[in-house]
Amino acid sequence: MDLTTFLIQVLNALQYGLLLFLVASGLTLVFGIMGIINLAHGSFYMIGAYMAFVLTSMTGNLMLAIALGIPLAFALGALLEKLLFVHLYKRDHLEQVLLTYGLILIFEELRSLAVGDDVHGVAIPALFSASIPLSETLSYPVYRLVISAVCVVLAVGLYVLIQKTRLGMMIRAGSHDREMVQALGIDINRLYMIVFALGVALAALAGMLAAPVSSVYPGMGASVLIISFVIVVIGGVGSVWGALVAALVIGFADTFGKVLVPELAGLAVYLVMAAVLLWRPEGIFRKG
Amino acid sequence: MRKDLQARRAFVRTMVAVAMASLVPLGAAQAADPVKVGLMLPATGTFAALGTAISNAFRLYVEEQGGTLAGREIQYATVDDESDPAKATENANRLVVRDRVDVLVGTVHSGVALAMARVARQRDTLFIVPNAGAGDLTGSLCAPNLFRTSFTNWQPAYAMGQAALERGAKSAVTLTWNYAAGQEAVKGFAQAFEAGGGKVVRELALPFPNVEFQAYLTEIASLKPDAVYVFFAGAGAAKFVRDYAAAGLKDSIPLYSSGFLTDGTLEAMGGAGEGLITALHYADGLDNARDQAFREKYQAKYGIAPDVYAVQGYDAAQLLHVGLEAVGGDVRKKAEMRAAMRAATIDSPRGAFTLSAAHNPVQDIYLRRAEGNQNLVIGIAAEKLADPAEGCNM
Amino acid sequence: MIPASISIAFRIAALLALAAFPLVGSEFYAEVVAKILILAIFAMSLDLLVGFTGLVSFGHAAYFGIAAYAVVLFSPPFAAANLWWVLPASMAVAAAAAFVIGLFVLRTKGIYFIMVTLAFAQMTYYIFHDTALGGGSDGIYLDLKPDATVAGITPFDFAEPLHLYYFVLAALVAVYVFLTLVLRSPFGRVLVGIRSNEHRMRSLGYATFWYKLAAFTLAGGLAGLAGFLYAVLFGFVTPEYLSWHKSGDVLLMVILGGMGNLAGAIAGAFALVGLQELFSDWTKHWQLLMGGVIVAAVLFMPGGLAALPGRLITLLQKRSGRG
Repeated sequence: MDLTTFLIQVLNALQYGLLLFLVASGLTLVFGIMGIINLAHGSFYMIGAYMAFVLTSMTGNLMLAIALGIPLAFALGALLEKLLFVHLYKRDHLEQVLLTYGLILIFEELRSLAVGDDVHGVAIPALFSASIPLSETLSYPVYRLVISAVCVVLAVGLYVLIQKTRLGMMIRAGSHDREMVQALGIDINRLYMIVFALGVALAALAGMLAAPVSSVYPGMGASVLIISFVIVVIGGVGSVWGALVAALVIGFADTFGKVLVPELAGLAVYLVMAAVLLWRPEGIFRKG
Repeated sequence: MRKDLQARRAFVRTMVAVAMASLVPLGAAQAADPVKVGLMLPATGTFAALGTAISNAFRLYVEEQGGTLAGREIQYATVDDESDPAKATENANRLVVRDRVDVLVGTVHSGVALAMARVARQRDTLFIVPNAGAGDLTGSLCAPNLFRTSFTNWQPAYAMGQAALERGAKSAVTLTWNYAAGQEAVKGFAQAFEAGGGKVVRELALPFPNVEFQAYLTEIASLKPDAVYVFFAGAGAAKFVRDYAAAGLKDSIPLYSSGFLTDGTLEAMGGAGEGLITALHYADGLDNARDQAFREKYQAKYGIAPDVYAVQGYDAAQLLHVGLEAVGGDVRKKAEMRAAMRAATIDSPRGAFTLSAAHNPVQDIYLRRAEGNQNLVIGIAAEKLADPAEGCNM
Repeated sequence: MIPASISIAFRIAALLALAAFPLVGSEFYAEVVAKILILAIFAMSLDLLVGFTGLVSFGHAAYFGIAAYAVVLFSPPFAAANLWWVLPASMAVAAAAAFVIGLFVLRTKGIYFIMVTLAFAQMTYYIFHDTALGGGSDGIYLDLKPDATVAGITPFDFAEPLHLYYFVLAALVAVYVFLTLVLRSPFGRVLVGIRSNEHRMRSLGYATFWYKLAAFTLAGGLAGLAGFLYAVLFGFVTPEYLSWHKSGDVLLMVILGGMGNLAGAIAGAFALVGLQELFSDWTKHWQLLMGGVIVAAVLFMPGGLAALPGRLITLLQKRSGRG
């Protein structure tokens, strides 16, 4: 592998890792703060991608579709929290696993009923449709760089939100001691609703951003769910920072696994996970 | 509504109660009874549209004949195979053992079709494959009761290998999902390409159905071959072609493939597929009256244009018709019926074809170019191409 | 509570019904019931972890699938392996995998345990899915079912569906009895103790980690028995046998039936497959109904099916008490 190719592969790894972070960040928030294990997280990614498809065909513009899609996803999250998840806080994890497993089936079939089972493409906005030449044969699509940039901005935004704002302070407090926060007069129910809706919106946003490069297709949620789990396990439950590091580690493991040991490509990610667990059973950045 | 509904409901009640059920096996088929056709096709999941096309076209042919073939009414039993090999044996048994169908027709997914072949062989039930391209079906698993009206993965790939040479390529990189269909296709391509003096410089493969292609595109760009041959279908195909174009490779390194890359996926490629050259046993814009008539009727009845899968389903019904005519509708005369089917010439919308000794079509493979949402024929990549049928001793 | 005598009488009646089924039912449905019985073994093995030890494993399909692959890979091509070594060998491979994975996953607790068992199961899934070991994503066929010949005598033949059915039924009864005995033993009591309060068990001097590892290994071996039978019944193995959907399904059986109740696990297997058959008959969108049932079961039916008769009786007693 020459240096140019190596650097391009590094870029591939970073770009893939950042997108994974976007999906996993919502999952780790909901895990860490609300103590909810949400298998339907991949479904929210899928819903986001399909929203991008439907809204883009209606409005003719992906950016407009995303602008509409984020509040819709947030509202969906808030509604689900009020209807279903609110019953789960005092249940054990097993019941959370089951209920959200049931939701996966429901969302997948609703998707099939509403949009059908065909593969659809989503157009890249004209503004970002160019490619930058990297070598004499290879160019890099601008849109992929845009995705990476959005992910970086969101990572910083989440950090600021959690560390520097009043909402973030309540979230941090809520994840440590639910009763205490309530005693301080903070409306914990509303706080949880916001956190859950935020998690859903993050997953849906990842789906919407990824739609133009991945196409939208049945079963697309399941593929990101497991990898998000691995990221949360490696990074440490509830740690957004850990999720970022873990997502990048996975991006590199996957990309270079494919290039260096193609016959073990699918396994590389899990070998990394096993190694981390052996070293730190509760993830790299386990808090508290 | 399916005929067996009541029996199954009864069964389910029984199971839930963990009590006994009494299900009387259906009596042996009489000559005056309808011929039972078991359609085992995907109705849900990724391949749902393909299954629907096959089923639609099969029924269309039977209706054109007035709902009977050789004087026997045709009755259908259907199962959604979900393209799930894990459920394939059980689903095939639903039709073959429970419903006692006279002929089993299916399916899209090769793994499911392989399981069906085993069930059909055990029971010596006539089995017609209207899509699945696994070489083994008319290779090591070939059998007197097994016929195919579609293709082998090897066929279009081999033709594409020849065509790539003719179009001036000397070196190629191949990329496919690492599963049987992809491996067979790459093997076919490499065989033809290297026999004509070309060189496959690297065979890349990624796990099915992984769609993160960026690392491989980078590899391809650094290898700089004259051509790239890929085997993808469905969602993966759409994503690959988009990524290939976005990486700027489409303009510098020609992309060749078996036709499944661009069948039913051009819309999802959003223009990135324009101009792609592929090889397949069917194409848009064929100059043949049979095809035009078929397209008109199909469009009129179902409201969408037929595709290669519809053609294969239509021909499965035609092949069954030939067999039934030869025995006057008496499906018990198995040997005679199969001999007639083996010798048949099918007047297909794709152009007439015959069957090889292994019961696979000997057919023209067209070279096509993608324009808009169509794969227009631009020539014939290989004439009357027969699969080598490795491992078949029949 | 239901009187023990009624409960036992019901179990015997159910067993007799199952024994008579293939004699009166159709061949196809005998195979379906055999499949359910195998899944019931699988569900009981998971119940040992989830219901009795308090370990929510979301990766139990791994051991089921590993044993299924083992029987195919141990069988010589186009020849039958001998049942009396290939069965224990397949189970041993599954148990060994559970032991090794257990060393990792039992270091974690709670949510982590769920996710880590899932992730390790996915790892085994990819081992079979991505490498040429067992035919990759296409799966692999078992050419011939194992041969039961011992000392020159062949007591039964798996190629006969009836023989296989009764072997499966016998295996189910054996596992039921075995697990009942295990749970009554001092070892079983420690497991139940760990479930209710692991801290206390540890302070009482029990090395709880090793007890949990033993349970995990045992459950893996029994899941292996189910996987072995499944591969023999259908003659085909695919990586999907190790997928998280399979792990989810078996977890559902345990919950539907009622955790910590072996008979409940069996009922759960019948209920889940029964519902699947019923719904898939009504509509091709049957998973929508299935999902609805799961959500409703979690929200409204704590305790599962096994708790239903008791709840009904309580309800009736209340009614009659009032009237």
